[in-house]
Amino acid sequence: MKFNDITHETYTALMANKVRSGLTILGIVIGISSVIAMVSIGTGASNSISSSIESLGSNLIQISPGAEQMRGFGATSGRGNAKTLTNDDAKAIALEVPGVKAVDSQVSSRYQITAKGTNTNTSVTGVTANYPQIRNIEVAEGSFISDTQNNSALRVAVLGPTTRDDLFGENTYVIGKSIRINKLEFKVIGVTVAKGGTGFQNQDDIIYIPVRSAQQYLSGDQYLTTIAVQASTSEMMTEVQADITALLLDRHKIKDPTQADFSVLNQNDILSTASSVTSTLTYLLAAIGGISLLVGGIGIMNMMLTTVTERTREIGLRKAIGARKSDISTQFLIEAVALTLIGGIIGIALGWLISYIVNLTGLLTTSVSLSSVFLAFGVSAVTGIVFGYYPARRAASLSPIDALRYE
Amino acid sequence: MIKITDITKTYGSGDTAFQALKGVSFTIEDGEFIAIMGPSGSGKSTLMHMLGCLDTPTTGTYFLDAKDVSTLTDEELADIRRLHIGFVFQSFNLLPRTTVMRNVMLPLVYAGVNEGERETRSVEALLAAGMTESHFSHMSNQLSGGQIQRVAIARALVNNPSLILADEPTGNLDTKTGEIVLGTFQKLNKEHGRTIILITHEHDVAEYAERIITLRDGVIVSDSKSHAQRYAKHYEI
Repeated sequence: MKFNDITHETYTALMANKVRSGLTILGIVIGISSVIAMVSIGTGASNSISSSIESLGSNLIQISPGAEQMRGFGATSGRGNAKTLTNDDAKAIALEVPGVKAVDSQVSSRYQITAKGTNTNTSVTGVTANYPQIRNIEVAEGSFISDTQNNSALRVAVLGPTTRDDLFGENTYVIGKSIRINKLEFKVIGVTVAKGGTGFQNQDDIIYIPVRSAQQYLSGDQYLTTIAVQASTSEMMTEVQADITALLLDRHKIKDPTQADFSVLNQNDILSTASSVTSTLTYLLAAIGGISLLVGGIGIMNMMLTTVTERTREIGLRKAIGARKSDISTQFLIEAVALTLIGGIIGIALGWLISYIVNLTGLLTTSVSLSSVFLAFGVSAVTGIVFGYYPARRAASLSPIDALRYE
Repeated sequence: MIKITDITKTYGSGDTAFQALKGVSFTIEDGEFIAIMGPSGSGKSTLMHMLGCLDTPTTGTYFLDAKDVSTLTDEELADIRRLHIGFVFQSFNLLPRTTVMRNVMLPLVYAGVNEGERETRSVEALLAAGMTESHFSHMSNQLSGGQIQRVAIARALVNNPSLILADEPTGNLDTKTGEIVLGTFQKLNKEHGRTIILITHEHDVAEYAERIITLRDGVIVSDSKSHAQRYAKHYEI
């Protein structure tokens, strides 16, 4: 049979039972569109997590006190209450480790904050003047903490925009006003630019004060809760991380690296951990879609088997007038493949639409990858061939006499 | 020319074996119009399947146009059916939801004939089978019983076969329509020189043929010329 004839036969056959063909196609549409939508949502989630990790800063290495924990979700966990890192450690890293661009010592804790009758509970972080550079923070109003303010342990504070809103009301001009942290008065000298609340901590609901002020007035000791280090280049991060570990082990007089009383987290590690989690999530979502695709494929097989039974006499007649086995099997196989291809095309469009709608809601920036489209299309074609093969073979192997006599 | 020699067909094996044909031999020359008669169970359907290359004999030989077709494979039998044999069945002759034209074209589609030639040959066959052009684009389920059989005849003609096999072609028709259909066969035989084998259990129908082979219990009980007078009378009409 020629290509035109096969198309003609397939069209006639599928149009003969529109509802049944439609429902079978629907099964494939649901399968394919869910694969595409799920993968695009998974990819979107993965991208949004990656970008929020990247927004923490670039080439970032964080040193936390306490034993090395399992590489977990983000920089803030596993810190514990251990007090092992000191200002001198931070100074030593800045001076002795090559490839370090900037070092920021931090003391972070939550306190009750009051201002003119309003109050809130938020994170107060003692930082140095290097903080904005390392963590990609920009100042919207006023200025950030300077080295001078830090060295003299002045009671000044920079507010995150959410904290500013909580304490003074939205978009109030707050420079020069005073707030009380743990009952001590601090003068507001700046407000940071909003970074958005995505990620592991809300970087907008925070108060920055000089780290020396934090040690002197709030924690009352010389210890740090985090040392943030920015490496000069991303290639150097592993090396810098190793050097810092060696330096601190030496300074803390620890011989066995497994007994380290601090942990060094590399931003790339966090990224790769997070991306392995999100890719697992994407696989899971794709698997759910895949199951619906499988069910759709079985639907095709079911329809084709019914069709073969219904059209037994037609098959007999075709064979009597000279159709070869291959003519019959091609015809039925192409019918099955046509069903899946139509379903595949509609499914890709629908999956794209779902992904687009999710995008419009603003929850996630989804992206339909070309590879997932090709995958879905390939899978739908294979589904058609696999699930169409058995019914087609059954039709082709019918004996013409039995088929003609079939009632 | 058709020559079958000592054809047997056995279904099943061992104790349950049933011999439907017990050694049948005859020769049919090109251009003959033959009726094969017999009550049900006489083996005439089995014989028709052999002649139509739908089945192969257990023993014996079948030469169709000097080609031995008794030992061919399924695929080779399909080739023979496509190129050398035209079928007209009692019922379910046409594909449903398909136009008259497309139904007639089908053997040519399977033979890979190009589209222009298909059309010409189908029109010729339809006209030869007594269909009018206004019906060519009708769907097969919009036709009357007689029209369906004539379209089936057209389809049987279209691949220019050496043999047209008609299995109880008037079984589902009333007498008058049946006569028209049988008249069509006669005309094809007389005017176009087609070899026609008609399988029937009715004497009236068999009388349209020139020669009648009667089967009973798997053997030929008679092979004779039909009554010339009655034949002539019907032919005049």
